[in-house]
Amino acid sequence: MEIFGIPSQALFGQLLIGLINGSFYALLSLGLAVIFGLLNIINFSHGAQYMMGAFAAYLSLQWFGLNYWAALVLAPVVVGAIGALIERTMLVRLYKLDHLYGLLLTFGLALIIQGLFRNAYGASGMPYAVPEVFMGAVDLGFMFLPKYRAWVILASMLICFATWFVIERTKLGSYLRAATENPSLVQAFGINVPRMITLTYAFGVGLAAIAGVMAAPIYQVSPMMGADIIIVVFAVVVIGGMGSIMGAILSGFGLGLIEGLTKVVYPEASNTVIFVIMVMVLLIKPAGLFGTEK
Amino acid sequence: MKFSLKTLLAVMLTAAGLQAHAQISNGNVKIGVLNDMSGLYADISGPGSVVAAKMAVEDYLKASKSKLKVEIVSADHQNKPDIGSNIARQWYDTDKVDMIIDVPTSSVALAISQVSREKGKLHINTGAATADLTGKACSPNTIHWLYDTWMLANGTGKAVVQHGGASWFFLTADYAFGQALERDTEAVILKNGGKVLGKVRHPLATQDFSSFLLQAQASKAKVIGLANAGGDTTNSIKQAYEFGIVKGGQTLAGLLVFLTDIHSLGLEKAQGLYLTETFYWDLNDQTRAWSKRFAALNNGKYPSMDQAGVYAGIIHYLKAIDAANTDDGNKISQKMKDMPTDDVLFGKGSVRKDGRKLHPAYLFEVKKPSESKGPYDYYKLLATIPAEQAFRPLNAGDCPLVKN
Repeated sequence: MEIFGIPSQALFGQLLIGLINGSFYALLSLGLAVIFGLLNIINFSHGAQYMMGAFAAYLSLQWFGLNYWAALVLAPVVVGAIGALIERTMLVRLYKLDHLYGLLLTFGLALIIQGLFRNAYGASGMPYAVPEVFMGAVDLGFMFLPKYRAWVILASMLICFATWFVIERTKLGSYLRAATENPSLVQAFGINVPRMITLTYAFGVGLAAIAGVMAAPIYQVSPMMGADIIIVVFAVVVIGGMGSIMGAILSGFGLGLIEGLTKVVYPEASNTVIFVIMVMVLLIKPAGLFGTEK
Repeated sequence: MKFSLKTLLAVMLTAAGLQAHAQISNGNVKIGVLNDMSGLYADISGPGSVVAAKMAVEDYLKASKSKLKVEIVSADHQNKPDIGSNIARQWYDTDKVDMIIDVPTSSVALAISQVSREKGKLHINTGAATADLTGKACSPNTIHWLYDTWMLANGTGKAVVQHGGASWFFLTADYAFGQALERDTEAVILKNGGKVLGKVRHPLATQDFSSFLLQAQASKAKVIGLANAGGDTTNSIKQAYEFGIVKGGQTLAGLLVFLTDIHSLGLEKAQGLYLTETFYWDLNDQTRAWSKRFAALNNGKYPSMDQAGVYAGIIHYLKAIDAANTDDGNKISQKMKDMPTDDVLFGKGSVRKDGRKLHPAYLFEVKKPSESKGPYDYYKLLATIPAEQAFRPLNAGDCPLVKN
């Protein structure tokens, strides 16, 4: 059987691969959406923080012999703490100003961080081994699926759903949303709003770091890995609707699928297809697919 | 007014002196190292090429006792032809740069070659692969020093076909370099009785190759030819390993692989790859001694063949300037072709009329982890291809300079 002139077996393989890439898009755009939705900061250093996550995994292995699982816990904590520090010392001064200032500051930070890492580790990247448990692959009949990639899809879906649940369905989430709507009122109820905002930023950054650790065994751990992906992820967030949690998750996975298909149908366009979609979405629904116009 | 003989002589000598100096523009030779300082080709060229350039100047001035004043500048072309040619124009027009060296990324190299010709300057290319630089796009002002797609195809491509890899599938970087490499390799495959089952062209600097690799796997080709370079090649190899492509019986042929790529992949994943280079640090005592000096200046990283090419290219360039007593681009490129080349890294060689530098090429196989003594001990020499066979014959390249 053929679909679009492609054997259906090959098509399933490609769709699955699209889903894997979509997992990274979803995780990263989720972090961005959380930060933008609750802090109103366009976090351009998200890619650099994703890269720092991967490096945290690499360095904790090199320096302390810590394995993948330890890194998966440690990296978001460490990188999140650095994020908290950035929020406390720098971003906090910008909340009253236009979005543009936050964007410029985080963009500058990204350049500095990437430059420092490149200076220290070169541009080619370091190898990072797949954890023992996930060595090898499963033969699905229509394709050979590396176990590690299956884990990436599963883990990222879980994290995405959990995040959505916490923000949209729990009491903590309702505090968060209330604090962005009307900080002074929430403060009056005895909740420490600045601390909550710091923790939210650290959480968003931590999500990027988790994505970084998960990416380390698939791609090279390299200083520029974040710069390559962040532009795409911004397009994903814009398509999903700035600040919409569910929008970020769904468009992350969805666009991964579409990009995967493009790689079969017309590979030359595979790195532009997402931007073409972005243009179309902006023309038809400027607030994004899941965004609400203010 | 009466001139004494002494005054007259003094005036004449001064004038003669001025004459001699006037040949070197602005009294110094200014070399621009233009390459990828931060992207996927930065470890192949990048700051390491600047280190090599400085070593070349220092070594040459010391060995020859030359009085030349040499200055080195560098810039990042970001692998974009427009950015590269803007920098070249600014360097030539306002910064008085005399020669541009390195320039990886074929599309940028073709642009720089064009600009250098327009401005009557010289471009020594060590970084780019496209054989068109000495073929249909050849220029009297461009010397292609190191390697090219024809040489890679005839080194690696031929060796792989002869070892039983008869059917191929290409993963090609979608720009001038990848297309040229694919074209030249395909010609070699067909000539040696092999066939090409399919190809896919991917954008430059792709992160995820799994989709393309699955297409290659589905083609059932014996060999997956990687007509890409740098980060693209390492990602392809790494992911091919992950998807069990090599275990499934298909072989990978890295058509352009640098030592730095093997270093970042690790031998576990790279072992058994065939590759062709014109320089490896462990060839002889001279290359070993030079490479250790280089590594000490380059954060412990060993030289890629590109960086070695920058060194040798500058040595020959400065020799030619001293011999011709000018740094005029048109004259010096002729002088470089007239003089035989000789340096510690590439040995004796020559520069052909079409700008092609000739030296031997080496077919290597990447060692198994158990065979390697440590970092950078990665290659086994399989064959040395003599200079006259390593490169495309002079009359086969469609270079207009040759026809006339």
